[in-house]
Amino acid sequence: MATPVVEYTSTELLTAVASRLLEDKRSVLVGTGLPMIAALLAQRTHAPGLLIIFEAGGIGPRVPTLPISVGDSRTFYHAAAASSMHDVMSACQAGYVDYGFLGAAMIDVYGNVNTTVIGDWRHPTARLPGSGGANDIGSLCHRTIVLMRQDRRRFVERVNFVTTPGYLDGPGARQRAGLPESSGPYRVITQLGVYGFDEETKRLQLMARHPGVALDDVLANSACEILIPRKVETTAPPTADERRLLREIDPAGMVIGK
Amino acid sequence: MNILAEGQGDLVGWHDPDENRRWILENKPRDLRDKRMSASEAVQRFIRDGDFIAFGGFGHIRVPMALVYEIIRQRRRNLVMAGKTAVHDIDLLIGAGCVDRVEVAYAFGHELRGLSPAGRRAVETGQCSVVAEISNAGYQWRFLAGMMGIPFIPSRNMLGTDTLRHSACKVVSDPWSGKPVCLIPAANPDVAMFHVPRCDRYGNAQIDGIIVEDFELARAARRVIVTTEEIVEEDVIRSQPCRTVIPFYVVDAVCEVSHGAHPTLMPYLYFFDEEHIGEWLDVSQTCEGAQAYFEKYVFGVSDFEEYLERVGGVRKLDYLKQVEHLRAPMRAPWLKGKKG
Repeated sequence: MATPVVEYTSTELLTAVASRLLEDKRSVLVGTGLPMIAALLAQRTHAPGLLIIFEAGGIGPRVPTLPISVGDSRTFYHAAAASSMHDVMSACQAGYVDYGFLGAAMIDVYGNVNTTVIGDWRHPTARLPGSGGANDIGSLCHRTIVLMRQDRRRFVERVNFVTTPGYLDGPGARQRAGLPESSGPYRVITQLGVYGFDEETKRLQLMARHPGVALDDVLANSACEILIPRKVETTAPPTADERRLLREIDPAGMVIGK
Repeated sequence: MNILAEGQGDLVGWHDPDENRRWILENKPRDLRDKRMSASEAVQRFIRDGDFIAFGGFGHIRVPMALVYEIIRQRRRNLVMAGKTAVHDIDLLIGAGCVDRVEVAYAFGHELRGLSPAGRRAVETGQCSVVAEISNAGYQWRFLAGMMGIPFIPSRNMLGTDTLRHSACKVVSDPWSGKPVCLIPAANPDVAMFHVPRCDRYGNAQIDGIIVEDFELARAARRVIVTTEEIVEEDVIRSQPCRTVIPFYVVDAVCEVSHGAHPTLMPYLYFFDEEHIGEWLDVSQTCEGAQAYFEKYVFGVSDFEEYLERVGGVRKLDYLKQVEHLRAPMRAPWLKGKKG
């Protein structure tokens, strides 16, 4: 079947590719922004049975339009339960949550994420919001997927502050730290491609490039070494259907733009 | 227990459990008492300079804003605040010079709306300091331990990260599994404040929609101020007691404030006032702008009703109700710059 040729924005591409990673009949804890819209798209396409959970207590909502916050009333609209943070975070810790879906300001080769501070912690160059629920999601969900924009400031060798744990400083480190056995970063999706983590070294590895993206684009937008395997796939662009649904989910253009 | 790692953050709001039990025995009456008072009186009586305070709700959702404005109006100083996903409330309180220390799970950002100019400026210039980091679940579990009357609670988040290194948590080996486990210290804030849809005169408060961490926070805090859309008769509460999230014996003050969460969202009643939040984000780019905002909306009005008139009155409030009920589209100035 031929994919119809459509024009699309990088946000549409990023969210469409991310949404396809979420399997039907699985559970996902969703953060603000890009992750939210990608999860809602998955639910309206291949994964109608995706259980969407929000950290402030919304469980299994039928989200009408894109929420602004992970706690706003759209996150528990016609939900299975309007619950609490203790309930949701305990569910993650107990093993009920398959995917954690996060945004990030900065990531390193082991998938560690910084959303706390640029520069010295005591005398910051830029103060960012902090962990929020990100550390909990990255610590406790079975698989963490990070959605973010990629450039040389955001893709670095080591983050100056580990807000949310990736593989910390390499193989075995999560377990040594006491994090749950089945947990950790799974995929990183940017406007350039999809990354996974090398089985042995736990380092960031390119898995797929988006259509029209050259290997040089990937390297030019990374201030760290990226493992490039022999075989790198190309992702499928967003379909007309996906683009229409994204606009239905976000009619105001909060994430997807106008 | 062998301590494997120790966070370097300041320990705020922790009390020896026996000391806290004594405090509760001496200060919290068990009988049904009429606790109705104005928001102004509640702040006057229960919030002192230097207190460790926390607000119920989450981010811009169900935040007791009438109390935030009252704290600013009464010029409280040197408050320590729980940044338990504190957004608009903490931004105003830092901007007004009331809060100068924060333990941060999430602050200085407004989610999709962008970062907060006032809060960031204060931290980057050293006017407000971050005393410790923690995560959202971590904070909420501080309150869980606090309400349970225990000194700490074990968890499996934050391990191995700088969030833990800058927190007040410790890591020990679990005596059963032998695996490292994080110990999160209890928190008993001096004052916690909530906004709810209905509450009786004694303090039995009901919440519609997600309760976030209000269940734990209300029970962990020493003093509790509840603002409510409406003070209802006791019978209304007792006809559906399963909806009571905060029971009377933890509550010290009940204040009736219609639309008391504006400009934050009140589930089923009114949506975020994005135009007003946008105005704050815009003017707080400078200290002068923030001061002018406080003159206009806090010092320049005598009470919350006058404030509601100033932000658009009945027409605005009706519009926010329509948006909450998905019958009108959202108007948000910050949407203009959004690109795909």
